[in-house]
Amino acid sequence: MNTPFMKLWGMPILLGVLTTIGLISALLGDGIWDTVSAFALGIPLALGLWHSLRGWKLKPR
Amino acid sequence: MSSHSLRRWSWIHKWSSLVCTVFMLLLCLTGLPLIYHHEIGHLLGNDVEAPALSPELAAKPPRANIDEVIASARALYPNKLTMYISQEIDEPAIWNVTLGDTPNDEHYKPIAVDARTAKVIVEPAFEGGAFMSTMFRLHVDLFAGLPGKLFLGFMGLLLLVAIVSGVVLYAPFMRKLDFGTVRHGRTQRLKWLDLHNLLGIVTLVWALVVGATGMVNTWADVLLKYWQATEIADMLAPYKGAPPPARLASMDAAVKLAERVSPGMQVGFVAFPGTPFASPHHYGVYMRGNEAFSSRLYKPVLIDAQTGAITDQRELPWYLTALLISQPLHFGDYGGGWMKLLWALLDVATIVVLGSGLYLWVQRGRAVKRHAQAAAQQGTGISQAAPVLARSGERR
Repeated sequence: MNTPFMKLWGMPILLGVLTTIGLISALLGDGIWDTVSAFALGIPLALGLWHSLRGWKLKPR
Repeated sequence: MSSHSLRRWSWIHKWSSLVCTVFMLLLCLTGLPLIYHHEIGHLLGNDVEAPALSPELAAKPPRANIDEVIASARALYPNKLTMYISQEIDEPAIWNVTLGDTPNDEHYKPIAVDARTAKVIVEPAFEGGAFMSTMFRLHVDLFAGLPGKLFLGFMGLLLLVAIVSGVVLYAPFMRKLDFGTVRHGRTQRLKWLDLHNLLGIVTLVWALVVGATGMVNTWADVLLKYWQATEIADMLAPYKGAPPPARLASMDAAVKLAERVSPGMQVGFVAFPGTPFASPHHYGVYMRGNEAFSSRLYKPVLIDAQTGAITDQRELPWYLTALLISQPLHFGDYGGGWMKLLWALLDVATIVVLGSGLYLWVQRGRAVKRHAQAAAQQGTGISQAAPVLARSGERR
């Protein structure tokens, strides 16, 4: 699946599906469902955070 | 994408976001403390806790007569009416009694009564105290009642348009880049454009859901009015011309009756005659299930407020069910502490998306102006001055 479409949209679709699972899971049950929800919502956020924060250079001066 | 349709989507994205950004920033900022309203209430000493009972009572907590519970609360304000009584699902030891001068009193008095002893626990701070109340009002209706709510709902709609158009624009900007690329070391503008795209696409589904459910919540009053005008009005037909109930039937008996006809459910709240959730002649007893999902849905049992007999029990119409389901999805209060934290972090990420979007627009305005000035000095006019949206600073 190395098409240009998947290169562009593969990750956004994956993260969207994860977020959807996270939003619904905790609605349907407690306990393990809440844990699934935390991971499914947390992964996209963590990925966003990681990409946002890497590459910033502290000013050498 | 043709440059024509790119230009059109850019226009839609620019204007839908520009109009709603200031309000969305306000909603994100005021929403942050609302996620943690329980914890903040605890810190401020505004939360209500049921007093500990003696060990022998605590082993098998008694259930006080609900009529006595209401009487205790009304003893504090003998001239006020009862509007609602309610119980939180995880705190069966407390009845929250709401009193007001009229069935629609906005300046109602909340009173917490011990559900085991019928003794008043405390009169909690109105809407959680001055700070939380201010946050709440700014978030819900800008202190402007129903028009304020509907206005914010419209801003929510613009946010949804901005999100969808933003996704469309994601493609032309990211086509040549790997997911997550942030181009440091070129222009500031390019870096923030990449961050805007990255955080925007990462928070996409969450922002879409929280935006849409927030918009649905702004219609709550309207949906209730519609329900009153249709289904409740049907139920009221036999009461046409009847005077309002002179004496109210026992609430304790009404609740027990509702529990008997709704096995496996418990009382969420009871609306008294004249409030939006009841009718002038009925108690609305709202039963809920006790599992994660069913506890979010209510089944109304309507009880004649004079005779205490059941008039009707029916399912909520689909639009009120949709409203009830949209509430947890907006509040993020259904998945414990981790979910609250994620809700707060996603909220902060959204603030960065909004802020960077605003920055990109301001920068672009400056770039166009500089370009126009340079062009004017050369006498060439500005017809070439405005490449589509955010392309300036991007060398291709």
